[in-house]
Parts: sequence; C-alpha cells; structure tokens
Amino acid sequence: MKKTGFFNIINYSLITLFSLFCALPLALLFMVSLTDEKSIIKNGYQLLPEQFSLEAYKMIFTGGHDIFNSYLVTIFVTVAGTLIAVMITAMAAYTLANKNVSHRNTLSLFFFFTMVFNGGIVPWYIICVKLGLRNNILALIIPSLLFNPFNLFLVRNYMNGIPDSLRESALIDGAGDIRIAFQIYLPLSTPVLAAVSLFYGLAYWNNWWNAIMLVEKKNLYPLQYFLLKLKSELTMLTDLQGSSAVLSTITMPTESLKMATAIITIGPIILLYPYLQRYFVKGLMIGSIKG
Amino acid sequence: MEMKTNLKKLPNSKSGGKGSFIKDIIRNPLSYLLILPAVIYTLIFGYMTLPYMVIAFQKFNFRTGIFNSAWVGFKNFEFFFKSASAATVTWNTVRLNTLFIFFVTVFSVSLAILLNEIKNKWFVKITQSTFLFPHFISWVIASYIIYTLFSYNYGIVNRILGFFSIEPISWYMTPKPWTPILVGMRVWQATGMSVVIYLAAIVGIDGSLYEAAKIDGANRWHQIKHITLPLVMPTVAILTLLSIGKIMYGDFGMFWAIIGDNGILYPTVDVIDTYVFRALRLSGDPSQAMAVGLFQATIGFILVYTTNKIVKKSFSEGALF
Repeated sequence: MKKTGFFNIINYSLITLFSLFCALPLALLFMVSLTDEKSIIKNGYQLLPEQFSLEAYKMIFTGGHDIFNSYLVTIFVTVAGTLIAVMITAMAAYTLANKNVSHRNTLSLFFFFTMVFNGGIVPWYIICVKLGLRNNILALIIPSLLFNPFNLFLVRNYMNGIPDSLRESALIDGAGDIRIAFQIYLPLSTPVLAAVSLFYGLAYWNNWWNAIMLVEKKNLYPLQYFLLKLKSELTMLTDLQGSSAVLSTITMPTESLKMATAIITIGPIILLYPYLQRYFVKGLMIGSIKG
Repeated sequence: MEMKTNLKKLPNSKSGGKGSFIKDIIRNPLSYLLILPAVIYTLIFGYMTLPYMVIAFQKFNFRTGIFNSAWVGFKNFEFFFKSASAATVTWNTVRLNTLFIFFVTVFSVSLAILLNEIKNKWFVKITQSTFLFPHFISWVIASYIIYTLFSYNYGIVNRILGFFSIEPISWYMTPKPWTPILVGMRVWQATGMSVVIYLAAIVGIDGSLYEAAKIDGANRWHQIKHITLPLVMPTVAILTLLSIGKIMYGDFGMFWAIIGDNGILYPTVDVIDTYVFRALRLSGDPSQAMAVGLFQATIGFILVYTTNKIVKKSFSEGALF
C-alpha cells in the first residue's frame, strides 16, 4: 500500500511538471501582453509582472488596422477554404466507399501516390505562378490546402462502415448517387466530417506557407504571416545588433503590443479549444482504429 | 499510421470482375462526377509536378518554360555538392530529425504509461488537454515564445543568467544552443499528439493480463515493465520507422518561423527545406532549388520505401502501403 502511494506521488508530479512545461510558455506570452511597458524595460519579460496594463490591447483595438485586415483575410480564407475542402473531400470519399464503383481501389492508389511521391515545392511554385495564383486571395485558398488525401481516406474509412443496404435501397427508390451522397452518406458521417473540418480549418488558420510563397501585397497577409513579418523586423532590430541603443531611435510597436498581437491571433483557438480537442482526438481515433 | 491499411482492407475486386475504366464510368457517371474535383486537384498539384522535376537538369527560365530552357546536365547538382552547404544542410536535417524523433518518442511513451496508471479521470483529462494544446499553435506563435525566452534585452533566460551574475548571451547570434532549444520546442509541440496515440494503444491492452500479473504478485512497476512496455513496443516501432522514412524532410514551418534567414545560426539549424526555399525565392534559381529537392526526394523515397518494407515484414498491420 505504501509503495503505491509513493508511486502515485511521483507519477502525479511528473505529469504535472510536463503540463507546466506545455502551459507556462503560453502563459508567459499572455502575461507579457498584459505587462506595462516600463515594467518590461526595467525587468524584462516576466511571468508575474510588476505592473499590469491593458494598454497594448487598447492600442490594437483602437488603431490596429493592419492586424484587423489580416484577421479578416484569415477568417475569410479559413471559412471559404474549409467549406470547399470538406465538400471536395466528402464527395470523393463517397465514391471511394461506393461498392458499385469497381475501380475504387485504383482511384485510392491514384490519390495515395502523390502523398509519398511528388515534385516538391519548386514545381508546385511554378504551377501556382502559371495558374495566376499570385498576389490574390485565391492563392491563399487553393494551393496545398484545398484537398488532402489523408482526410479523404479518413472519411472514406468511416463511410465504409455505413451499411451498403442503405445505398441499395435508396437506389431502388430511384435516388441517384448525388442524392444518396448528400442526403444519406454526408448526414450519417457528421462525426468524421466535423473532425476533418477541424483539420482543414486549423490548417487554414495557421497557414503562412502560401503567403510566404505567393503573396507580396500587404493587404493580403494572413494573420500568421503578418505576425512573422512583425517579429522578423523586430528581432533584426534588437537582437542581431545585440544592443538596446537602436531601440530608442526607431519607432516600432512596443514589446507588450507585439505579444498582445500574438495572443489575439490564438484567441479563437483558445475559445474553441474544448470543441477542437474533442473532435481532434475523435478524428485521430477514427483514423487509427478503422484505418 | 492512420492511413495504413486504406488500400489493403478493401476486397481487391468485385466478384463480377473489373471491366474497363470507361465501362465503370458509364455505369456510375454520378459517382465519377462527385470524385472529379478531387481528381482534377490531384492531377494539377500532384501529378503535374512530376514532369517539372527535369528542370533540375536545365537552366530553367519562367518565360521559355520547361521545353525551351537550356539543358545543363548535372551542373546544378555539382554546384550544390561542391558547396559547403550540402554537407551542412543534409547533416542538420538528419541530425535534428533524429533528435526530434528520439525525444518526442521517449517523452510521449513515458507520459502515456504514467497517465494510464492514474485513476483520477478528471486529472487525466485536464493534463491531456494541456499536453495537446501546443499542437494547435502555429510555429509563428512558438517563435514569439522563444523570443520571450531568449531575446537579448528582455528575455527571461538572460535575466535569470543576470541573477546569477552571468553575462547575458546573445542567443540569436550563437548557433550552438539552438539544437537543444529546437529539440525542446519540438517536444513541447509534438508530444501531446503522440501521447494520445500511445495512450490509445495502451488502453487497448487486454485487462486480464494485468489481473493475472497482480495475482502472481506483480507490483505496478513490474506490470509496466513486463506488460505495458512490451505491448506498446510495436506501435513505437511502427511510428518510429514511419518517421525515419521522413527524416530527409525538415519542418520548413518550424525552422523558418524560428530562425528565418538569420544566417549566423545556419551552421546548426539550416536544413534542406530552408535551403531549397532560399534558392527558389531569395536567390531566384528554380533549377538550383529543384536539384536539391530532387536529391532530397530520391533519398526520401528510398527511405520511405525501405522503412515501409520493414514495417510490413515485422508488423503486418502498420504498413503505409
């Protein structure tokens, strides 16, 4: 009995320790965003600041036009992209799960092949340029993110579990494949579609690859790219020269403002987290158990 | 791992035989219509990339295109392999990925085993959510976190060093420490997700094994050592092998967000993917970039193929294809 108690104490402490390792860096970011500027200059970044201030958030909400523009870009791209991506995926998954389609395995292979072998980023970039996907909002929606074979297989595996007799009886009642897909299979696949929407949505929300490759116009910067630019300008100024003398000569967003900007971009993720986590774990399980 | 048996589990053909593709399309026109967008997308962004790989042997020019650019043989490869960067970026990619795989696996397997021993459901739920959270955060945000820790002026680490009267270190100008920093960030970001997978594998272990062990007088440590660990090993092996298959690919998002084009740090953190990106977008030489990309893809494909073969041979269920 005594031994179990000892084991438990160690066990709980180790897990708590790792939880802190996961949570503290984000807590730090959050606390710095709430720190008074003078406090930062005096004490550096702190987990428990000497003086709190909401100034950074006030500044963002009153004068941060650039970031709001980026917010709008990201929201639009995420919503539009996810909707189209889920649609494309679900429709294709129905066909791969349709036992009447005798070449469905060849089709699966067709999608799978590009997952293991493709030309990489250089041809991808050339193709995007040729399609005119540069410096427009479509460049943020279409390349890379609009369809992912992994998600396709996830949905297909789930749909394979729907009894075939449903489709057959609908066929007898005169419904076509499109109607069967949209009115029977899609509604029955809600759990996996929710998980897949989450995967797509998150990929869009956190994406800056498309922006760094294909977008130069500032008004098209999605949030993450906006943040990246903001940071690289600041590290260049302060850290590469390794002195604080430069700080005073150049006007730039204040320290807390920078962190506050980072925090408001993860705001939606924090708010949606309970939902995100549930469907994420579910999606992962569907993939590994049924796959 | 998730996509493993996609292609295998289905029956290979219908009892009636396959018939030609065209017949199949005529029989199921609407089904083929439904899959058409995905097919077109894959053709454009997947298969169309393949012919462009030949530009590695050309001096590619956007205006003249793939058919009218001058052929230069292996010059682009020569340029890369003769440069000092070739060895650096290849070694960094393999070295950092190996460290990532090792530490993430060790942490996530240990934590999954520990979590499995805890009976308090509420505690497990909260901690697991905390582990997983960093997975949802982009590398750009992660780079902000690193900045709050390692910034020269205000960074916490330098302040702590100051507390012990150690001179502050200009982290962004010192290459060496970035290996452990990146490994730490990788563990921070990726462990939660692996814990979910390993925990699922552990929960799936037959409970009667533990019952029997208890009757034989095994304590919890014995149970972990002789039941949980051996039974979770196949999953560990499969996931590790599959990651080894991808060892030639650096995580561009991670490296670029954290390091960017800070050349001072290249000796320890420049990877193939960031090198290719710079060749393509900063020095604007697609052929040069493609040569390196082709080198990466070739070794990468051999590795994927080999590791998959090993997985298939040893664990019939985990293979990718």
